[in-house]
Amino acid sequence: MPSERYLLPPEGTHWRDLDAYRQAGGYEAATRALREMTPEALIEEVKASGLRGRGGAGFTAGQKWSFMPKPGGPKPRYIACNSDESEPGTFKDRQILERNPHLLIEGLIITGHAIAARAAYVYIRGEYVTAHRILGEAVAQARGAELLGPKHMGTDRDFDVHLMRGAGAYICGEETGMIESAEGKKGQPRKRPPFPAVYGLWGCPTTVNNVETISHVPAIVRRGAEWFKSIGTPSSTGNTLYGVSGHVNRPGVYELPLGTPLREIIYEHAGGIPNGRRLKAIVPGGVSMPVLSAEQVDVRMDHDSLRQVGSLLGTGGIVVMDETACMVRAAIVIARFFRHETCGQCTQCREGTAWLYKLLRRVEAGEGTMEYLQTIDDVCGYMEGQTICALSDAAAWAATGFLRRFRPEFEAHVRERRCPLPESFLP
Amino acid sequence: MSSERTSPVFSQQVRDAILAEIPKYPEPRSALLVALHLVQGELGHVPLEAQEELATILGIRPIEVREVVTFYPMYHEHPVGKRNIQVCVNIACTLNGARDVVRGLERRLGVSSGGERTPDGNYSIEEVQCLGSCGTAVCVQVNNEPYIEGVRADRLDDLLRAID
Repeated sequence: MPSERYLLPPEGTHWRDLDAYRQAGGYEAATRALREMTPEALIEEVKASGLRGRGGAGFTAGQKWSFMPKPGGPKPRYIACNSDESEPGTFKDRQILERNPHLLIEGLIITGHAIAARAAYVYIRGEYVTAHRILGEAVAQARGAELLGPKHMGTDRDFDVHLMRGAGAYICGEETGMIESAEGKKGQPRKRPPFPAVYGLWGCPTTVNNVETISHVPAIVRRGAEWFKSIGTPSSTGNTLYGVSGHVNRPGVYELPLGTPLREIIYEHAGGIPNGRRLKAIVPGGVSMPVLSAEQVDVRMDHDSLRQVGSLLGTGGIVVMDETACMVRAAIVIARFFRHETCGQCTQCREGTAWLYKLLRRVEAGEGTMEYLQTIDDVCGYMEGQTICALSDAAAWAATGFLRRFRPEFEAHVRERRCPLPESFLP
Repeated sequence: MSSERTSPVFSQQVRDAILAEIPKYPEPRSALLVALHLVQGELGHVPLEAQEELATILGIRPIEVREVVTFYPMYHEHPVGKRNIQVCVNIACTLNGARDVVRGLERRLGVSSGGERTPDGNYSIEEVQCLGSCGTAVCVQVNNEPYIEGVRADRLDDLLRAID
């Protein structure tokens, strides 16, 4: 069955303009939600849809909303929309921000109604200057049409959307790192509890959702939870945006149902591997998620299926590597990233990410011994489950993922005292 | 210290833009990241004197500005080239030859990445982490301008002409 899109406009087009978005049925869902649905009914509908967060962790969105304290407290309530898209291999939210910005605004309006938020703060990574400009223009149009602002959409409530800019730190994609950053501080994650629903932006109740997660909400309101559940698998519902990059003929972002086979995504949608080369490795959901080998290409891209093969769906950012790619070098690039991005507050992460990078570099240069491989595994053991946030876990999963899945290639580097793949990319 | 200074470090225009940003948030400090982008956009970097001036505007201590400047990779406390060429060296970009792009730029400009400027002060090269443009690797960003995507090591003369 051909899948139907509801996140992205047709290929090569955009709905940046309010009129274009409205002609495609835009803001009908928000109108309906605000006029006909109570916040409780909305939360129930989103819970029933099974919508899970698209930022990497896959937490059930409706459940997250229900963690907010009952309205009527002394403090204002906020949405913090995570648009700090920085997980390597992930470039999907940019498609929404640049091509369908009103979809996000409509989703924010509905979410704001559900959790009784006064405003949404959209934290956009600092490098996304084009996305920032386009979303900013869409917000201005929406204000002009009284979709946002005082007594918006004919209600007696005020709701506005404000844009914030990051400045290049990956850790600000972690929800409490983002909140710290939004408050004008270093983006060092907070200890939990308290969770953001209780103590978020400026100490107020806050729901943190990813751009894509919020962008599913209008379709759920318009078509209903049952329709949404009919797409995907029982525990991974709806479409999602798969980003495909690396060694493929047609890299890009593809809107497809959760549970689509990885093989179909790589070979049909992304056009297969260039130059007749063979597939070797796939990172399935951003570089934090353990790598898969070519033999696993028949896995379905949903939460349960990926867990069964020892990885995770993450952000759905798929990085494809062909037979020329050296797995030690790939691990180096990823370890270098985590070493650069650790915020430094937890010792295990700060020191561990540096050690992983050094050890991998020496193995790649042919200066390692078999003991190094054991040390890499040991360091990862000290990094997992020990820290305030999941960056340390991610760095460990990535390194052990490559080592365990491609151990013979690591051993060959040690034995031959050089990289055995002369055609490989350089790290 | 800052009260003794007679000439401000950044323009009235930038100051006004910062003041206009403050009311969006419950606390002025939240405007810091945007304010730093505005200052860097004008000066090319954020020197200590500018940090002090920002601290005064936002009602925080200078060290609270400096810890932010030094935490976030996009801010520069020291001058970089007028055209700071940032090349993504993360996984999708290295798979598509980002290392050759960096080396080719280093050769053409005669500087190494990470801190050096050409003698005329016009160029510097910086290796940066994933820019979120993996489908159009190799991705390059000059200063804080829109991305240049699909960069190839064998077409660097075109790139340098385009960004001049």
